[in-house]
Amino acid sequence: MMNAVLEIKNLSAGYPHKKIFKDFNIEGIPNGSIVALVGPNAAGKSTLLKSVASLLKVEGEIHYKQLNILKESKINRSKIVGYMPQHQRDEIELTVIESLITVLKVNALDHNSSLPEIEKRGFDLLEEIGLLDIALEPLKNLSGGQKQMASLAQAIIRKPQILLLDEPTSALDLHHQVAVMKYLKNYAAKGNIIIMVLHDLNLAARWSDFLVVLSKGKIYNYGKAADVLTPQMLNDVYHVKGRVEKCSNHFLQVMVDA
Amino acid sequence: MADNTLNKLTRTAIEERYHKKIGTKWMIIIALMIASLISFCFDISIGPSSLKITEVINALIKTGVADQATEVIVWQVRLPYAVMALLVGMALSLAGAEMQTILNNPLASPFTLGVSAAASLGAGLAIILGISFPFFSENWAVSTNAFVFAFASVLLIQALAKWRGAGVDVLVLFGIALVFTFNALQALLHFIASPEALQQLVFWNMGSLARANWDKVRILALITTIIIPFSMASSWKMTALRFGEERAMSLGIDTKKLRFFSMLRISFLSATAVAFVGTIGFIGLVGPHIARMLVGEDHRFWFPASLLSGALIMSMASIASKIIVPGTLIPVGVVTALVGIPVFLWLIIKKGKK
Repeated sequence: MMNAVLEIKNLSAGYPHKKIFKDFNIEGIPNGSIVALVGPNAAGKSTLLKSVASLLKVEGEIHYKQLNILKESKINRSKIVGYMPQHQRDEIELTVIESLITVLKVNALDHNSSLPEIEKRGFDLLEEIGLLDIALEPLKNLSGGQKQMASLAQAIIRKPQILLLDEPTSALDLHHQVAVMKYLKNYAAKGNIIIMVLHDLNLAARWSDFLVVLSKGKIYNYGKAADVLTPQMLNDVYHVKGRVEKCSNHFLQVMVDA
Repeated sequence: MADNTLNKLTRTAIEERYHKKIGTKWMIIIALMIASLISFCFDISIGPSSLKITEVINALIKTGVADQATEVIVWQVRLPYAVMALLVGMALSLAGAEMQTILNNPLASPFTLGVSAAASLGAGLAIILGISFPFFSENWAVSTNAFVFAFASVLLIQALAKWRGAGVDVLVLFGIALVFTFNALQALLHFIASPEALQQLVFWNMGSLARANWDKVRILALITTIIIPFSMASSWKMTALRFGEERAMSLGIDTKKLRFFSMLRISFLSATAVAFVGTIGFIGLVGPHIARMLVGEDHRFWFPASLLSGALIMSMASIASKIIVPGTLIPVGVVTALVGIPVFLWLIIKKGKK
């Protein structure tokens, strides 16, 4: 691909006693795209995401622009890559705004940004994504959906060029799902790359530019929704019989028969 | 448009509330400081020798009016005890706060993880078997032993964790295993001890400020003042660690290094405090907990509030140890345990409910 900027080469990763995947390759991902990682449970989606974030022992190469981001220092990497884990801790007394300030202040991106400046950026983001009314609530008092939104805000506020999200919308209602996806689409359009784990194939078809179907630690298929979402794939990967139909708005819709 | 102005208004209001809250946190910290100071003054003004307050003040400012006995009581007994109470409270409470963050467990404290038990074993070896490090006078043998054992226990927990690549839960369990091990070894010492030595050890284990003197006060003060800036310097990273390992790592934090240096600070603070005054339980648990209720978990505020809460509780415990039975000094460790256990249970029940 001509304007490919993110490339994953021969990536092997896993936990100390268990290799989850080996020699993993994804061809160039262009700037401004949203990549959805889909696949059944335990296919290695979260592990792949953590590997790209270098949270696990990883072998291989991840090239972004001219950098091999696995070779970068932790701090430098944290300026390029942002990560939102699947689960958030329950018992955190920090308020939403405090959590954002902390995320910005720790290994601060630009050392001269003062606390008032950082506080302003925190409130700006909360206003933008509609969380202003819970700014002063402790994280532990939030509902599941609010927690997920707050966690997403923590990942976004550093404005990473590569944003990794592990099921960012699993606890959200329909309204917030759409709002978040619109926001992310907009975020990617500014020249960033988003890779996210999604369970909902229809959501992936509707909002992502590319889909990576993972099955048992291997790539089953990679490409545009129309090429990847097929009855054959549903059968092979998910072991369900289903159809893929085009809706009136031109987006694909997966229907399960049995 | 109308919508926009409304948003702007609420935003200003919310930002105002936020800044007000920050202001309140500073006020709470200042209030804790003042309360500790008041408690400290009260602490030096009372004691078994029932001096009048005017006598204490005269002796303190050395007007020459107070007789020599009074000056000795005030300068060599009450003052070092009262200062020691503040310092021990600060050291144990800050150590507890750091431990709770790096282990992600509100029930963690130097006491619950075996540091105190290790110190007791070290003290026991000196008191009962006379085993101690060379070059230290008899006066210091017990404290030195206690310090070395306490310090070693924290390093041992670290090493075990590193060796197994163990997670936080395993670390807590290691700590509990250490408590049992040290207690068993100490029981063995009790078994072979002479009655006199046994009595001495039992007293040591109760934890008492009566062992304080100016030298010990100076050492603990030095260690605490050196460590506090390092704790404060790590406060953003420690706050970020509350989000969990993965998120902290993704923010570029070397979590292993952060934990290691925190453990090092914990070792120095808790080992020195315990070595000088014996087993004082629950301060490291209750101090951080009160601070959390007062200022939340932003470590910029939580660390100072924890150490001041610890100082205040310890100072009040020192007062209580003098007035519960008039004319007698109850070991302060007994007082902190009696106050601490209900709080500990309450924490467990609260945690269990969720």
